[in-house]
Amino acid sequence: MNFDRRRYLDRVKERERRSPLFKNCFFAFTFGGGICALGQLLLSLYLYAGLSERDAGTLVTVTLIFLSAVLTGVGAFDNVARVAGAGTLVPVTGFANAVVSPALDCKSEGLVMGVGAKIFAIAGPVLLFATLSGAVYGVVYYVVGLFL
Amino acid sequence: MRSIIRFETPVSIYAHASAVGGAEADGPLGALFDFHDPTDRFGADTWEKGEESLSRAVLNLALSRAGQSQDEIDLLFSGDLQNQCVASSAGCGSMGIPYCGLYGACSTSCEGLLLASLALSASRETRRVAVVTTSHNAAAERQFRLPLEYGGQRTPTAQWTATAGGAFLLARANEPTLDPVAPRITAALVGRALDSGVKDGANMGAAMAPAAADTILRFFSLSGERPYDYDRIVTGDLGAEGSALLVELLRENGLNLAGRHRDCGVLLFDPLKADVHAGGSGCGCSASVLSALFLPALERGELRRILFLATGALMSPSNLLQGGSILGIAPLVVLEAGKPKKGGTT
Repeated sequence: MNFDRRRYLDRVKERERRSPLFKNCFFAFTFGGGICALGQLLLSLYLYAGLSERDAGTLVTVTLIFLSAVLTGVGAFDNVARVAGAGTLVPVTGFANAVVSPALDCKSEGLVMGVGAKIFAIAGPVLLFATLSGAVYGVVYYVVGLFL
Repeated sequence: MRSIIRFETPVSIYAHASAVGGAEADGPLGALFDFHDPTDRFGADTWEKGEESLSRAVLNLALSRAGQSQDEIDLLFSGDLQNQCVASSAGCGSMGIPYCGLYGACSTSCEGLLLASLALSASRETRRVAVVTTSHNAAAERQFRLPLEYGGQRTPTAQWTATAGGAFLLARANEPTLDPVAPRITAALVGRALDSGVKDGANMGAAMAPAAADTILRFFSLSGERPYDYDRIVTGDLGAEGSALLVELLRENGLNLAGRHRDCGVLLFDPLKADVHAGGSGCGCSASVLSALFLPALERGELRRILFLATGALMSPSNLLQGGSILGIAPLVVLEAGKPKKGGTT
């Protein structure tokens, strides 16, 4: 067969159907904005209930994580995310889903080697590098503080 | 084996059965499958075990159609997508029939038919051989991609591993007890693992199309035949993307499929209704569509001769992360209608 790999790969790239950029951006904006608006509403509610600004902010994050975890558990999150895309992925909702979905999946392999070992299969890199960069930032902050 | 294997005594597929999950049963071929389970569990408590029971169930159905028991089967070839093809080993493989586990990714159905025909041609004592292949969407997604409830967007080129299975019982066509109407395998061609350089796990059609083109071109160049000598040229699961690439590759090499090409992955789902993007895939996809659609058409005499090549994307997540690409493979068998029924139309 007359087959040139380079040319073939170029053709594959050229002809493959792209994700619908405008549609995806529109839904990401709408759903992402909706989640942020919900967060703002919750913040106002918690402040109204008399919490400090700091506590209210934390509680908003906790509430959104809780809602995403419940929606993942009942099997609704992925159906929404299929349309919302980055709209549900980028806020803390996406992170919650990335932790709960492998945990759900692996419960058939047991609590320790299933859920325990695989719960961070997707979120693991985020946790690792976030912790690492936090530590690096702390060292830099400390060293710079010595000279200022 | 570079040459076409022509079986001196053709091999009959004297009984077969198919089963699918819920999404496949809602597809355009839904009514043709022998049974389906809308929950995709097939009576088991995990997806993986569900595939095991699917594998046993399709073989048992094929056996009951032939009025035979498992003890009358001399040899079993079976494969699936799970690690160590455990759905086959623990499924139909544990029914007491001497068993060879196969792993040819989505090409396993055709690989099994090819090897079964070889085994029947090689040994007089081997009289009946079974071939079973299955795939399960949830089991495959978990193993190869992302958790089921993960909220991500798939690209338009991605394919959907079908929850499906097919079982085939084969014997030499000159066995006196066989129904002469049964479709026959008359020739086969072993595929070559071909590295197309595609590294995108969400575009497996592109990874498989060159392997399918290679097998088809080799077949026609070795046999001296042309596509119009066949009623259909059926590929396993190239999907919409891979099918278009196949036709282009063949045209560039001077072969026109003349509208005879069909792809099981494209046929299995309705792209407007199911969220399957480029189409279905998996070992069970080609096996179930062959059993539900093409073999009955050969039995009824609506089709006389078809080329069947299931296409496999030999994808390993660790190999991809190490910079490897997805190899494609496409074994081929020639399927011909049996003797027409007396008084029947051909």
